[in-house]
Amino acid sequence: MSSEHHEELRGFHGIHRGFPWSHVVGLVVSLVLTFAALWLVQAHAMPHGLLLAVILVLAVLQIVVQLFFFMHFLESYGPRYHVTSLALAFVFTVCIIAGSLWIMTFGGEQTY
Amino acid sequence: MHLPGYVNNVATPFFVTGDPMIYASDVLIVLTLVAIVFVLTYFKKWGWLWREWITTVDHKKIGIMYLIAALLMLFRGGVDAMLMRTQLALPNMRFLEAEHYDQIFTTHGTIMILFMAMPFIFAMFNIAVPLQIGARDVAFPYLNAISFWLFFFGALLLNLSFVIGGSPDGGWTSYPPLTEWPTDPGPGENFYLLALQISGIGSMATGINFLVTILKMRAPGMTLMRMPMFCWSVVGASILIIFSFPALTVALALLMIDRLFGAHFFTMLQGGNPMMYVNLFWVWGHPEVYIVVLPAFGIFSEVVATFSRKRLFGYASMVASIMAIAVISYLVWLHHFFTMGAGPGVNSFFAISTMSVGIPTGVKVFNWLFTMYQGRIRLKLPMLWAIGFIPNFAIGGATGVMLAVAPGDYQYHNSYFLIAHFHQVLIGGVVYGMLAGMYYWWPKMFGIILNERIGRWAFWVFNIGFYVCFLPQYELGFMGMTRRIYVYPAGMGWTALNLISTIGAYLMGIAFVLIVWQVLYSIRFPERDVTGDPWDGRTLEWSLPSPAPHYNFARIPTVTARDAWWAEKEARRRGEDVQKELRPLEPIHMPNNSGRPFILSVCFFIGGFGLVFEWYWLAILGGLGVMLCLLLRSLETNTDHYIPVEEIRRTEAALGRL
Ligand code: HEM
Ligand SMILES: [Cu+2]
Repeated sequence: MSSEHHEELRGFHGIHRGFPWSHVVGLVVSLVLTFAALWLVQAHAMPHGLLLAVILVLAVLQIVVQLFFFMHFLESYGPRYHVTSLALAFVFTVCIIAGSLWIMTFGGEQTY
Repeated sequence: MHLPGYVNNVATPFFVTGDPMIYASDVLIVLTLVAIVFVLTYFKKWGWLWREWITTVDHKKIGIMYLIAALLMLFRGGVDAMLMRTQLALPNMRFLEAEHYDQIFTTHGTIMILFMAMPFIFAMFNIAVPLQIGARDVAFPYLNAISFWLFFFGALLLNLSFVIGGSPDGGWTSYPPLTEWPTDPGPGENFYLLALQISGIGSMATGINFLVTILKMRAPGMTLMRMPMFCWSVVGASILIIFSFPALTVALALLMIDRLFGAHFFTMLQGGNPMMYVNLFWVWGHPEVYIVVLPAFGIFSEVVATFSRKRLFGYASMVASIMAIAVISYLVWLHHFFTMGAGPGVNSFFAISTMSVGIPTGVKVFNWLFTMYQGRIRLKLPMLWAIGFIPNFAIGGATGVMLAVAPGDYQYHNSYFLIAHFHQVLIGGVVYGMLAGMYYWWPKMFGIILNERIGRWAFWVFNIGFYVCFLPQYELGFMGMTRRIYVYPAGMGWTALNLISTIGAYLMGIAFVLIVWQVLYSIRFPERDVTGDPWDGRTLEWSLPSPAPHYNFARIPTVTARDAWWAEKEARRRGEDVQKELRPLEPIHMPNNSGRPFILSVCFFIGGFGLVFEWYWLAILGGLGVMLCLLLRSLETNTDHYIPVEEIRRTEAALGRL
C-alpha cells in the first residue's frame, strides 16, 4: 500500500475498475429524459398544466440520475461531506427556485 | 438603435472596418505576433514553451500563467476605461461614437469581471493553496490545466471580437430583449455568450478542484480550524462557484438558443420572458461578486497578521463570517433589479437580506483592525495595499447599504452613484486585494522581492487617483447623470466633476505603468529572496525555498498548531530543540505533463468560433475534437510518475535544505 498522500492522488491514477457501465447507462438515461422533455413540449403533447407537471417530474428524475450514476452518491466512505454538501445544495436550490417563483409572479399578476 | 455609418457591426464583414483606431490595433496585433514568433524562433524557445508551460500541470506554473493573463487583461480593461473617461471628460466630446462607446463599456465590464478578476483570484488559489496546506499539487492537476486553458481560450475569443466580427455591445449583463437576435444581430453578442460559456466550464472545474484539494489534501495534523484564513476564503469562494455558475450557464445557453436557433425563452413574443434572464443572471451575478471578493478578504487576513506580527484576531469569527457571507449571498440577488417591479413584499425581503450581509463583513473589518491594534506594523507593499483597502471598503460598504434601501434605489439605480459604488468595492476590494497578494507571494513565485520604492509610488498614485476618479461620480449620480451614456450636454453642471474624474482615471493609468516599470526594474536589478521567508511569515508556504521545488515538500510536514510555520519558528526562538526531520525521503508521486488540456481547449475555441459565426460545420468539427480528447484521456493509463529519492536529495541539496 502506498503512503497516505499517494492514496489521495489516486484521482489521476490509471486504476482499473472494469468497463464503466454505470456511466454509460447514466448518460443514455439522462439523454432520454432530456429529449423526452423537449419532444413533449415541441409536440404540444398534452394540455398546458399537465405538460408542466410532467416536465417537472422529468427534471427531478434527471437530478436523481445525475446523483446516482455520476456523483457517486452511494460510495459514501469518508467523512460527512456527502450529507453536508447535499444539505447545502438543497438549501440553495430551494432558495433559488422558490425565490425565482416568488419574484417572477409579480404579486400574482403574471399567469406563469 | 444602430446609427447609419456605424453599421459595420450589423453588416458583419469578417474583419472589423471603418475605424482608424481599430486599424491601428490590427497593425499592432500583427506586429506583436510577428515579434513573439520571431523571438521564440530566434532563441529556440518553442520547445521550452511547450514542455515547461503549455503542457505543465504544476499548480505553481499554472498560477503564474493566470497571473500574467490577469495583468494583461487588466491592461486591456484599463485601456477601455481610459478611452471611456476621455470621451466623458468634457461635454459634447467627439472622441468615440455611440456604437463604439457601447462596445467599450461592454468589453470593459466583461473583461474586468470575468477575464481579470477571475483569473487573478485563480492565480492566487494556485500559487498559495497547495503550499499553505502542505500538499504537492491540487487534487486534479490535469483538470487544473484544462481550467486554465479554457479560461485562456475563452478570453481570447472575447478579445478577438475587437478585430474580427465586432465586439458585443449589450453591456456586461447582456440583457434581452436588446441582445436578442432581431435587435442585436451580428456576431458580437455571440462572442460574449460563447466566451463566457467556455471560460465558465473552466471556472466551475476550478471551484470543484480547490474545494476537494482543501477538504482532502491537507497535511496530517492540519485540521480545518488550523487552516490559514486564505484557504478558508477559498473554501467559501469555491462553494459559491459550484452552486452559482450553473445559473449563468443556463442563462447564457438559453439566450444562445434564442439567438442561434430562433427559440423564444427571452423574447417579447410567443410567451418569452426577458425578465427571467435578468433573474437568472443575478442568481449567479451576486454570488460572483463574493467569489472575487472573498479571496481578497483571505489575502488581507494573511497580510495583516504577517505584517502586524500577531496572530489573526478572532479566527473563529472570521471563519463564521466567510460561511455566513457564502450563504447569505444566495438570498440577495434581487437587489440588482429592485426597479423591475416585483412588488413591495419581494423588494422588502431582498432589501433586508442585503443589508444583513453588512454584519459579517463588518465583523471582518473589525477583526483586521484588532489584529493591527498593538501589533508591530511594518508598512511593506502588501500591507500598504491592505491598509488602503479598509477606508475604501468602508465607503463602498456604506454606499452599498444605501443602494440596498429599495425605495432609495429607485433614485440611484443605473446612475453614476452605482458606478462609483461598485468600482469602490471591486477596485478597493478585489484589485487592492489581488495586488496585495501579488506583492506578498511574488518572492514565493519568482524568488525576487519587488522594488519597494517604485511600488510605493505606484500605491500612492493609484490610491489618490482612485478617490479623485470615483468620489466625484457619487455626486454626479445624485445630479442625475446615468450610466452608459456616451455624451452629455454642457450646462448640466456635470462638467467639472467629470473632468476631475477623468484626471483620477489617468492617475490610475500612470500607477499601472509604474507597476509594470517596477516589475521590469526588479527583474533587471533583482533583490533575491534567499531565505524563502522574506516577510517573517506564519504559514507553511514560507517554510519552503523561493521558488518552491516542483514537488513542493520533500517531506509532508506534520502540523501541530494554527500558523504552523510561526509556531515552529517560535519554538526554535525559545531554544527548544525542534525535532529534526528524521523520516527518510521517499519517492514522490507526481502527475505527468500533458498537452491534451491545451489541445482540448483549442477544440473548444474552434467550436465556439464556429458557433459565433454560425458556421455549423466548424462547430461540429470542434465538438468532435473535444470528444476525441475526452475519449483519449479516458483510455489513458500512463498518467503519473515517481521522482526517485536520489533526484529529490540532489534538488534539496542544491537548495541548501539538506
Ligand atoms: C482603472 C480603473 C477603472 C476605471 C477608470 C473604470 C471606468 C469605468 C467606466 C467609465 C465605466 C462606464 C460607465 C458607463 O458609461 O456606464 C465602467 C463600467 C464598468 N466597470 Fe469599470 N473602471 C475601472 C476599473 C474596473 C474594474 C477593476 C472592474 C471590475 C473588477 C470594473 C468593472 C466595471 C463594470 C462591471 C462596468 C459596467 C459595464 C456595463 O455597464 O456593462 N471596472 N468603468
Ligand atoms: Cu449583488
